[in-house]
Amino acid sequence: MTGPEVRSAGGTALLATFGSLADVVAFRAGLAQATLPGLTEVVSGARTLLLRFDPTTTDAGRLRSELAQVSPVSPVSATREAHDTEPLVIPVTYDGEDLDTVTEPTGMRRDELVAWHTGQLWTSAFCGFAPGFSYLTGSDRPLDLPRRSTARTAVPSGAVALAGEFSAVYPRTSPGGWQLIGRTEVPMWSLERTPPALAPAGTLVRFVVAGAA
Amino acid sequence: MTALTVVQVGYGATTQDLGRPGFSDMGLGAAGAADRGSAALANRLVGNRPDAAVLEALLGSVTLRADAYVVAATTGAACPVEVERADGSVRGAASHEVLLLAPGDTLRIGTATVGLRTYVAVLGGFAVDPVLGSRSWDSLARLGPPPLSAGDVLPVGDARVSWPIVDAVPQPEPRWPDESVVLDVVPGPRDDWFTPEWRTTLTGQDFSVSADSDRVGVRTTAETPLARSVARELPSEGVETGSLQVPPEGFPVLFLADHPVTGGYPVVAVLTPSSIDLAAQLRPGDPLRFRILG
Repeated sequence: MTGPEVRSAGGTALLATFGSLADVVAFRAGLAQATLPGLTEVVSGARTLLLRFDPTTTDAGRLRSELAQVSPVSPVSATREAHDTEPLVIPVTYDGEDLDTVTEPTGMRRDELVAWHTGQLWTSAFCGFAPGFSYLTGSDRPLDLPRRSTARTAVPSGAVALAGEFSAVYPRTSPGGWQLIGRTEVPMWSLERTPPALAPAGTLVRFVVAGAA
Repeated sequence: MTALTVVQVGYGATTQDLGRPGFSDMGLGAAGAADRGSAALANRLVGNRPDAAVLEALLGSVTLRADAYVVAATTGAACPVEVERADGSVRGAASHEVLLLAPGDTLRIGTATVGLRTYVAVLGGFAVDPVLGSRSWDSLARLGPPPLSAGDVLPVGDARVSWPIVDAVPQPEPRWPDESVVLDVVPGPRDDWFTPEWRTTLTGQDFSVSADSDRVGVRTTAETPLARSVARELPSEGVETGSLQVPPEGFPVLFLADHPVTGGYPVVAVLTPSSIDLAAQLRPGDPLRFRILG
């Protein structure tokens, strides 16, 4: 992998862009092993890392040259390391309103869809949209589902959904355009917990059928 | 413990401080004062630490009663200010000056005539319970100390470094009616997703602030929209405060303190920090223009 393309994002941030989510994850893993003075926060996106810096400690030029020196940690070793940690288990009742909309274009039966969703390891790539809303990418072939043509005004808290290459659990009732396939009782966000997000970026997740032993 | 009681709130008021940066990986933004310069000035006026919590009140319009001696000041959108004594007598006061409230005094902050957000600091800061290390209400995440209502009791803390060392500072210069506010932007990160004419479209016309603006963003309209050169969908990416995010309609949304952590529309340019503060003071209908640096 060649170094990322780096764009300016205002006076105190840079946006590094990558060809794939795997490259984003690998570069971020490499970044975690490097020491970049003045780098204050890294925000993962689907193909980007937003790098915030303290302009009293560093500047865009210096940070750019330091970023060029960062060696990505290969996705293979990152994944192997990740497999050493136990994934978070989320029990799901697969009775979502959009199950038929999802199974129709993919040619899958409902039980095949459930097997596909529960049969793979998901990784929280990044969070956004709402506190605790984790964009999960699967180890299996993604379905690349479109969002609903019209968003729902209220998707219930705990709804398990699919869109594009991602799966997610709605942390609270909110508007949303993702395809709903099920629901869970597991709260994705709670201030009673440290950290409050159940699946911050980097967390491994496995879905299981609720009630199944 | 010294405290102030909220007697009346007009158009909405929240406590704000420097925000809670560092939770982006959980989908939570930093929040904090929308006009950071004015909030910092209010804290300096009374002698507070920079991290002391202040009140951010839409159009001013807040009445507070002190139960002890309290040093206070208002900044940002300038409002008529008066102090009513417990015996009913009224003492003249003004925005952008240091006020001493005696026990039983009522601080009446009237309605701002120019600007949108008024900041109220008290020596020691407002010590409401912090959430995740900050006393900022985040209107997008709906997290933090809740917006004020009449009857709330706001304890005063100890986030002070000195007594006030100046009596007053100049108020912001008033604008002529219909005079455009000029906001400076730095191009990128996604300026190349727009046709090269984006520069003249952005700088060559007046924009107007839409009514649905809030702490998340200042929404704008104009005659000519910005045109995209890249039509494909943008995968969600991290966005900065001050970003000019351009939705399909082609008119920029100026992200303020409560903006989402990531966004799915391209950001054509980012406001400078002082322009973010100016943007936070724009009212619906206000005209504005953009100037591109670099």
